[in-house]
Amino acid sequence: MGRKLLLEHAKVPGIRHIDTYIQHGGYRSVHKALKTMTPDEVVEEVKKSGLRGRGGAGFPTGMKWSFLAKPEGIPRYLVCNADESEPGTFKDRYLMEYLPHLLIEGMITSSYALGANTSYIYIRGEYRWVYTILVEAIAEAYAKGYLGKNILGSGFNFDLYVQPGGGAYICGEETALLESLEGKRGNPRMKPPFPAIKGLWQSPTVVNNVETIAAVVPIVNEGGDEYAKIGIGKSTGTKLISACGNIKNSGVYEIDLGLPVDEFLNSDEYCGGVANGKRLKAVIPGGSSVPIVPAGLFYKNIKGEDRLMSYESLSDGGFASGTMMGSGGFIVYDEDQCIVRNTWNLARFYNHESCGQCSPCREGTGWLVKVLDKIEHGKGATMADIDLLWDIQRRIEGNTICPLGDAAAWPVAAAIRHFRDEFEWHIKNPQLAQSKNYGLVKETVYQTV
Amino acid sequence: MAKVTIDDKIIEVPDGTTILNAARMIGGDVVPPAMCYYSKLKGSGGKCRTCLVEVAAGSEKDPRPMPKLVASCSTNVMDGMVVKNKTSEKVMDARKGVVEYLLMNHPLDCPVCDQAGECNLQDLGYEHGLQKTRYEFERRTFEVQDIGDNIKLHMNRCILCYRCVYTADQITEGRVHGVMGRGDHAEISTYITKAIDNDFSGNIIDVCPVGALTDKTFRFKSRVWFTRPMLAHRNCDKCCGKTTVWLSGDDVLRVTGRKDQNGEVEEFICNTCRFDKKSLADWSIEGPSHIDKHSVISQNHYELPSDNIKRLK
Repeated sequence: MGRKLLLEHAKVPGIRHIDTYIQHGGYRSVHKALKTMTPDEVVEEVKKSGLRGRGGAGFPTGMKWSFLAKPEGIPRYLVCNADESEPGTFKDRYLMEYLPHLLIEGMITSSYALGANTSYIYIRGEYRWVYTILVEAIAEAYAKGYLGKNILGSGFNFDLYVQPGGGAYICGEETALLESLEGKRGNPRMKPPFPAIKGLWQSPTVVNNVETIAAVVPIVNEGGDEYAKIGIGKSTGTKLISACGNIKNSGVYEIDLGLPVDEFLNSDEYCGGVANGKRLKAVIPGGSSVPIVPAGLFYKNIKGEDRLMSYESLSDGGFASGTMMGSGGFIVYDEDQCIVRNTWNLARFYNHESCGQCSPCREGTGWLVKVLDKIEHGKGATMADIDLLWDIQRRIEGNTICPLGDAAAWPVAAAIRHFRDEFEWHIKNPQLAQSKNYGLVKETVYQTV
Repeated sequence: MAKVTIDDKIIEVPDGTTILNAARMIGGDVVPPAMCYYSKLKGSGGKCRTCLVEVAAGSEKDPRPMPKLVASCSTNVMDGMVVKNKTSEKVMDARKGVVEYLLMNHPLDCPVCDQAGECNLQDLGYEHGLQKTRYEFERRTFEVQDIGDNIKLHMNRCILCYRCVYTADQITEGRVHGVMGRGDHAEISTYITKAIDNDFSGNIIDVCPVGALTDKTFRFKSRVWFTRPMLAHRNCDKCCGKTTVWLSGDDVLRVTGRKDQNGEVEEFICNTCRFDKKSLADWSIEGPSHIDKHSVISQNHYELPSDNIKRLK
């Protein structure tokens, strides 16, 4: 049983309300930081903890914080990215829904560390009820004096706002989020300048994921060194994983980074194994944009070592045989699932969510969908279409303004890389493919393109 | 000052210059094509991705290459930077891809498009495109729209460079058109049924790299290569009054801003000059307009004035 630093009290009745939250040790980090630590000391603890961004990219949070420009006379902002829209990822929703005060506590402590007197939580438009929960929790925090002027007599003034988005995936990209927060069309900005120099309203801004900000609370409470003891190598601390797909127990789990994937997928404490006695076909371990890996490459890397739930282990082997930790959206596919159909479905998502600003993503994602639709629905695809798909995704990846282009290209690339035979079977048997699935022909075999 | 090498050519440029502008200072083959960047429009660029280049060495201090191709229009040079444009296979491949994406949903109606002959996409397709398209699906189509009295919008031809949006933002009072919708169904449009109506709106025609925004007073009058561009001026109380008039015989078929060697207007002109002054008597003609682009016009009849003089001798 791993330690629960974030979700320990998630199921306590009434924990959404500030009194119950404080009874269970809430807001200790605010007292500790504001009364006994300087802002730089808080940043130092976060650096020591080795905490890495939980939104997907895994960039060290302490380093990101230290990049923040601090010119005199210009306000700085902390923006919490709660626009969690990646298919398969629902950990932030769970955290905000059950423990809204944990996020607020993290926001206060983090903003204190960064010297931000105003901060924003940008929440996904569809999370309307979570928005209501947060607004209520913020009102409670104001009433208790944790928000507002001169918090706990420390002289630190801090205001926190929640802004719901309009429901666009692209607004989870940090610069598009800032544009949207400013009331503009959610198009990603050109970088540089990075938000740490010119972010919200051209002021220095740090954008962090919900879970990252929440993790600052145990880091301040227990110290960065203690936090860094959990985990393995450069993957320190605990991570929320939202597991879904063909498993017995879907839900959000807090794991120690470094947990073997076998244990996470098959032990009853976590996913409980593949449901209905089926065999495992493939896994997308980090939200829909990370490469899908077949079962054979999921349990063990290409060198035959056991894979662990950590940033390094999951990406071992690069994209040729590995994948990514991503945002922790763990999607499991059993032997009955069709990879072509799944790839088509994901491609539709990215096509729908492309902002249309830069040409490769705007045009390329639409093209991917059309070719995949042709293969999936038996509309006269040929073998050349697989190579065409490969070519389209190859020329999107890395050539766009923001990572949405990469996110659209990777799932297609990985599906072709590992399941080319399934695509070929679809093309050779267009009629049969409408009524039957390819199944699990190569259980542990892999191939690279 | 920063010393930068682009395709083996070295130039020293002021700090803060973009790679594209440094390349333009060198001129010739090393200049990457740019479909959305417009030096006169703040914030433009970065969108079309045709100007992607490879940075083989970041700077003198940190000579590591950049991992991805970068948009040359919005990446500043560093001292000691080594940039590869035409000499990079990666760049040429990516650019081919971009051209393919841009042409995918483009109607290729050049034979009836007023922009043909001075179209950036035509030039780009000619230089980097494939002879045949690999796209076999139905192209995206939109209705042709009148946006204001003098401007026609063919959304089918648009490449969403956003130049007209920046123009309206920066040189007119109050923008009434913009990008609506997302992804591959994004379109330039006016909000509700508002027509574009202000003194400088016509400039969105000049900045449009393709035939999406066309001049209704010139529509279908002539192919551009059958007209003679002449520099002309008049006393105008709204703008500089310095224009290019495009003549057929003694008829003024259209009036545009004067374009520089990068195809950008030198100064924006007003709608009165552009749409209303269509008589030779309105203008003082200065002489033939200098066209040194590789466009259809220059390859047909028009030589530089100096060439004509040589020939007469």
